[in-house]
Amino acid sequence: MNKLKRALIYLFLSVAAFISIAPFLWMIVSSTNRSVDVTQGKLLPGPYLGENLTKVMDNVDLVPALLNSAKISITTTLLSLLIASLAGYGFEVFRSKAKDRVFGILLLSMMIPFAAIMVPLFRMFGSISQWLPFIGIDTITSAILPTVTTAFLIFFFRQSTKMFPKDMLEAGRIDGLSELGIYFRIFVPTMKTSYAAAAIITFMSSWNNYLWPLVVLQSPEKRTIPLLISNLGSSYSPDYGLIMTVILIATLPTAIVFFVMQKHFVAGMTGSVK
Amino acid sequence: MNLRARNNLIGWSFIVIAVIMICLFYFYPMIQALILSFQSGTGTNLTFVGFGNYQRLFSDTTFLTTLGNTFLFLIIQVPIMILLAIFISVLLNDKNLKLKGFFRTAIFLPAVTSLVAYSVIFKYLFGPEGLVNLFLLKLNFISDPIQWLSDPLWAKVTIIIAITWRWTGYNMIFYLSALQNIDNSIYEAARIDGASSFRQFTNITIPLLKPIILFTSITSTIGTLQLFDEVMNITKGGPGNSTMTMSQYIYNLSFRYTPDFGYAATVSYAIVILIVIFSVLQFKLAGDKK
Repeated sequence: MNKLKRALIYLFLSVAAFISIAPFLWMIVSSTNRSVDVTQGKLLPGPYLGENLTKVMDNVDLVPALLNSAKISITTTLLSLLIASLAGYGFEVFRSKAKDRVFGILLLSMMIPFAAIMVPLFRMFGSISQWLPFIGIDTITSAILPTVTTAFLIFFFRQSTKMFPKDMLEAGRIDGLSELGIYFRIFVPTMKTSYAAAAIITFMSSWNNYLWPLVVLQSPEKRTIPLLISNLGSSYSPDYGLIMTVILIATLPTAIVFFVMQKHFVAGMTGSVK
Repeated sequence: MNLRARNNLIGWSFIVIAVIMICLFYFYPMIQALILSFQSGTGTNLTFVGFGNYQRLFSDTTFLTTLGNTFLFLIIQVPIMILLAIFISVLLNDKNLKLKGFFRTAIFLPAVTSLVAYSVIFKYLFGPEGLVNLFLLKLNFISDPIQWLSDPLWAKVTIIIAITWRWTGYNMIFYLSALQNIDNSIYEAARIDGASSFRQFTNITIPLLKPIILFTSITSTIGTLQLFDEVMNITKGGPGNSTMTMSQYIYNLSFRYTPDFGYAATVSYAIVILIVIFSVLQFKLAGDKK
């Protein structure tokens, strides 16, 4: 009986694992096949990866989209980390009743659905366009700004600051460091793992963000990777080999980040719940 | 200025950028949306209509359809996914299980993919001649291909399967890390008292996981109420409006149809109200069971 139970557990987990991985395997296999083979359900790798890559380079603006996505995600990540960690540190180290109240109000912003503020944000950047065209609609800046500060990340850094030893603060003050000096020279280097975790989740969500770039980036040369994939995916006569190659390339950066920093990623997700 | 007051001021300077950014990009647009929700007209030609837009909601069949779809996804998908995630994490928490790392990574893997990328892959897999149909036909589970994308009911099923695939592993991680914090001696004591593994699950595991269950069901509910990327890229909301969600309706009202920003803002406030209601409800439910 116990043996049967064991076997059932392994069977169940194997099926779950297979279902989870199968779409990835299909994507990888399909990127090495021609479109005809894919439609006929071919499940073995073929020799056409090179040909698909050449087609991608000739027909799809993949490199500009990769560059746009990289610019947006890297800038967003750096700014997010700086702003949110300064705030999380400030809320915890210089704690006061008034600040706790402000913190509570900031947390409310987590309940705001993006679809609700999308139209006002669009109109806001529309009116900025008249005065400051480099920030307005259809600029990289407009794609970055609204997503840079999240209450989630402030909350995350406040929780991490709780684990930061208070003696180090005092030691820094005795050594005559300014408060900002303590933050940059002591807090940031000590909290490297928290920053790594925050960086990964921020980078991934920015790299994969779809709705706001869809609204605000209108010209084709500003397209990010998700916009490019969505556009390819909605074509009437899709070239499956080509599309799967694009998706494969677009997924690689996040997959590499994930496998290299798996521990930090999980810490980043669960860190704020504990 | 004394040291306390000085430190307090320095503290504010640490948080001021974040406060300004959140106010500018969350709270200010929310107020703008509230004002907009009482206006109507196309493009920038807006006039005040009082509660007109809110009344329109109740007679707008498209809105009611999207509301129904969103509810359906919520009521069916969230419980299935959460039960599945708890079940898998309990199995994975077994000390004697081999290949644990492999199973965990594999099941979590969908959570790192881009929503758009996986949606496009699912759209092809579930196409009329897609791999899923081919597979089911080969195994003789079905005699005719299922219209996963073009039948109103099956299209909803496809969306539910897709979201469950993407988010089960994500939620599992929260349960796993909570389970690892549970002291093993509680289970040992229960075993000595002769509690079956099912009793241990219902009387120890579930109560101890309650805060995490609350957390994951609230985040999943908020996520489902905002569902957009998947429907946009798998079914485009179709066939007809049978998979269209509220977020997608707001997008269409603002950027696809003749733009009616005022009415779009009203629909978005409907989502906000739902999120508040559901969060309060889930907190209440979790509190009552204590």
